[in-house]
Amino acid sequence: MSITEAPLVDPAVIERALVAGLRRGGDLAEVFVEDRRSTSVSLDDRRVEELSSGHDRGAGVRVVVGETTGFAHTADLSEAGLVAAAEAASAVARGGGGGVREVALEGRPFGRAERVEVLPETVPKRSKVELLERADAAARSSGSAVVQVSAHYADSRRRFVVANSDGLFAGDDQVRTQMGVHAVASGDAGLQTGYENLARTVGFELFERNSVEAVAAAAAHRALRKLDARPAPSGVVPVVIKRGSGGILVHEACGHGLEADVTTKDASVYAGRVGEQVASPLVTLVDDGTLGDFWGTFAVDDEGNATQRNVLIENGVLGDYMWDVLRARKQGRRSSGNGRRQSYHHLPMVRMTNTYVLAGQDDPDEILAQTPHGVYVARLGGGSVNTTTGDFVFGMTEAYLIEDGKITAPIRDANLIGNGPDVLRSIDAVGSDFDVLPGTCGKDGQLVPVGCGMPTMRVNGVTVGGTAGA
Amino acid sequence: MPDLLEIAERIAAQAASGEDVEAYVGRQRETEVRAYEGDIESLSVAETAGIGVRVVRDGRQGFAYVGSLSDEGATEALAEARDNAGFATADEHVGLVEPDGVVPPVLELWREELLSTPTEDKVALALDLERRVRAADPRIRQVTGADYSDSISEAAIASSRGVSASSRRTVCYVGAEAVAGEGSESQNGYGYSAGRAVADLDVGRAAGDAALRATRLLGAHKPQSARVTVVLEPRVTASLLGIIARTLSGEEVLKGRSLFAGRTGEDVGVPGLELVDDPTNGLAFGAAAFDAEGLACRRNPLIEGGKLLGYLYDGYAARRAGTTSTASAVRAGFRSTPGVGARAVTLRPGDLDAEGVLAAVGEGLLVQGVIGIHSGVNAVSGDFSVGAEGVMIRGGELAEPVREMTIASSIQRMLQHVAHVGADVEWLPGPACGMTLAIDDVALSGA
Repeated sequence: MSITEAPLVDPAVIERALVAGLRRGGDLAEVFVEDRRSTSVSLDDRRVEELSSGHDRGAGVRVVVGETTGFAHTADLSEAGLVAAAEAASAVARGGGGGVREVALEGRPFGRAERVEVLPETVPKRSKVELLERADAAARSSGSAVVQVSAHYADSRRRFVVANSDGLFAGDDQVRTQMGVHAVASGDAGLQTGYENLARTVGFELFERNSVEAVAAAAAHRALRKLDARPAPSGVVPVVIKRGSGGILVHEACGHGLEADVTTKDASVYAGRVGEQVASPLVTLVDDGTLGDFWGTFAVDDEGNATQRNVLIENGVLGDYMWDVLRARKQGRRSSGNGRRQSYHHLPMVRMTNTYVLAGQDDPDEILAQTPHGVYVARLGGGSVNTTTGDFVFGMTEAYLIEDGKITAPIRDANLIGNGPDVLRSIDAVGSDFDVLPGTCGKDGQLVPVGCGMPTMRVNGVTVGGTAGA
Repeated sequence: MPDLLEIAERIAAQAASGEDVEAYVGRQRETEVRAYEGDIESLSVAETAGIGVRVVRDGRQGFAYVGSLSDEGATEALAEARDNAGFATADEHVGLVEPDGVVPPVLELWREELLSTPTEDKVALALDLERRVRAADPRIRQVTGADYSDSISEAAIASSRGVSASSRRTVCYVGAEAVAGEGSESQNGYGYSAGRAVADLDVGRAAGDAALRATRLLGAHKPQSARVTVVLEPRVTASLLGIIARTLSGEEVLKGRSLFAGRTGEDVGVPGLELVDDPTNGLAFGAAAFDAEGLACRRNPLIEGGKLLGYLYDGYAARRAGTTSTASAVRAGFRSTPGVGARAVTLRPGDLDAEGVLAAVGEGLLVQGVIGIHSGVNAVSGDFSVGAEGVMIRGGELAEPVREMTIASSIQRMLQHVAHVGADVEWLPGPACGMTLAIDDVALSGA
């Protein structure tokens, strides 16, 4: 496929679509035009199953009238298509006396894929296939008990422009590259699985800086180590979570409850608590879309605001929530650059970028040594939260018993369950190490890439949902 | 409006000598309304359409999609799929399916009246739902979402192997999440109703369920860890059956990734347990005349008398296993290639209604909601551990509410410990049916 660098849509056409959106009244009209191309390769059972390419191009238009938002989208980027979508979105402006309004767009900084060294679209498809063949070989050579390996590769380039009736006109060009390996090992007690991935907001240079063999070996060893796993304990125990991998805990236990769409509906345990001590004084929590080239990093959010570093909790005290345009306007403040959407098919909402707890003072080895018994979580899978109660779960996909301050036997997969505010208060050790891992966050059916980070931390008492007596 | 089957056939007809081409063309119109505090919070009307093309040459498959129905888009997708086919590993089992002569079921999945239902009526339903939840109980503090949504979808598939099929369906749904509060405590609960046209929706029931589930959790505490009998509410059962169905995919079995691999003919469940995937049942939201490769859907029994009978197959997995397709190809839409999946899984219902199951169980835990089912169930090892909330059962009656706990077992063990299957069959959007289900000997982890 050839890549066109021409503007997605003529700004004058967007201006006219915005005017059409406000013809029946309304406070804000917005046009979001997106062009997304992607390539993916899957290898499974020693075979490259398929190489797949996709192209989506279209626009979403929203019109905000008081407390009400109307939304429509179209794959037709002609002036007629955009105006029709704008009129459909304006249907919520019932009996509005808006009349014609002028819209003059002003240029805002545009994000560029300038950090990207090797655009994936310039890389031969054969090279993408080879990565997976190397990963398959590396995973299988990790141990004879590895009986199955699957691997996937994907890259995407997402260009968008977004404009609104306040005159905002911005855009971004986001390139992402990722690969992952899933290994199955077979032993006397059945099958075990291991997964590892690599995902950054960069181009194909990802694989100059990182080894696919190392990713594959990590997945394989995770499955192999679990072959001797015992049933996980059942009940409340101290849990030490390895740097990076527990970022999902922070994301679920706390991050979602700090998104302004739930706090302004009073559907969060953190609503109305700015200035209060909501976590252990050891905890400083940040959401930062500008950090390095992590999976949740990008220049401009999907409402045209630059991403920034937002301190949410400082030394345990709740400082602020995360905001998108809609919720910020209602409060007479600025968006924090957290307005995101999966694609032009979706309305934006408040979403996290890279969310992490800052490193602390404790030596990670000392944290373990000072934990007489408990569970050491080396890797977490997915998780979810009920923001109303703060109850959350997350799955342990690599975990061990801690006995006499040492990591001992591996344990089988199980969920941890806790209550966000309780867990944040009971963090009693924060390591001096740090890492951020990639994840995919789902909310109201929309998926967006995020980063989750943390140092090694100890939580003094989480419920482990295993089957063995604790 | 362009005819989808015509587009698909035009693309399939472009197959060159020595190659096979399949085109899947989909179009979907969705309306979503969210009510909040007596007003519309958002109204979204969206139409999505696109084409997915598979090309097979010399046992190699390539795929490409485009989010458009234009000729230009179709040409781009076909060219790209052809190019992609060159990079796959050759495999004798790869190929498009041949029509197999099975007659498709006649199903009523399309209700014209949904197309002509005015948007104002849909808005009114969402507003009415929110009002009823708020009015249901003085302890309802907030309704975080009261939604109406519907989907009107059409799809067509054609291939150079002679497949030519099209289908269409309508679905609509209302769902509300209520927050009940007393003092500083808040609890939430969900209620819903689904149908194929607006007249099928029971807004009162959705509102009442949301309010009941939120209010009855007020005062919930973390229970002591114990081994218990759990009684799953229908929506929870549907999630569990959906996961079990995934482990019965013939493809996962062939690839050594299923806990049921090599176990056909064995007792995998309690005697009398019957599990079937039956997309020919028009009551199922997953009912379909054709699968995602264009074969007629059929009834596939999976477990009978507690014995595992077999697995689900699409064309590729069937050829590889030396059997025939069970017409179980599914796809997420025009953006993905077909894979094996269930559409309408159900257990054979028992005789007891929900109250009867509670009475029969006597002591246990009613689970009204689970979280973390995607992270807490390993379809390969069978390990099962999810967060749960619900109400303890004492003397066959609901007693005190409980939360912040997990329930854990394994899929293998749970099927061997099914105590009662309720008679209260409830079809929900998704690949599985719900009903009250009691399972013995589950580890509850709490305080």
